[in-house]
Amino acid sequence: MPEWQVWTGGGLVAAGALLAIIGAVGVLRFPDVYTRIHAASITDTGGAGLTILGLGLLAGFTPVTLKLLLIFVFILLTTPAAANALANAAFGSGHPPWSNGKRIVREEKSREAP
Amino acid sequence: MLLMGAAAGLLVAMALMIIRAIAGPSHYDRILAANSFGTKTVLFIAVVGFVFGRPDFLDISIAYALINFVTTIALMKFFRYRSLASALTEHTSTESRDA
Repeated sequence: MPEWQVWTGGGLVAAGALLAIIGAVGVLRFPDVYTRIHAASITDTGGAGLTILGLGLLAGFTPVTLKLLLIFVFILLTTPAAANALANAAFGSGHPPWSNGKRIVREEKSREAP
Repeated sequence: MLLMGAAAGLLVAMALMIIRAIAGPSHYDRILAANSFGTKTVLFIAVVGFVFGRPDFLDISIAYALINFVTTIALMKFFRYRSLASALTEHTSTESRDA
């Protein structure tokens, strides 16, 4: 395996892990369910994509790459479905979206506008 | 070396997600944390398989990804209907198909 392939693959995997940490910090710090879903999506798309791309570079053209592609396609199909179902269930159960106290201002403006 | 660092980073991210799962104010935060923890676990198992030079771990990773999705949907159904055995009605079945 050439040298650049090892370093590029490892770098991509490390970048994916960094995006996973960023998404985890976002989930920890954001104020609401919906904003946390947004932060978790960073892990599901960027983190998983970069990590699996890097591992595929490290593996070369082998059946391992096919398995990696299978994992990636499955993550790409299921996590948006799970996130959409989660937001739907949270909204249906009456969680109001976080608005930083700006909702009252908007209602006053809509009253003043006409 | 880079792979070991990535595995350690994924472990840190999983620890943060466990903190959110314990501290989450609502059920949905906990479900979200469990789902994201599962995704990170899939990546972690894959990376650890490459670190140890045994890419056969990817089979475990695929199985974990499948179980993770089913777990999330089942938890959401349980917290919404308070039962896993109740059949969905006509309205909610179209709704869950949209979801």
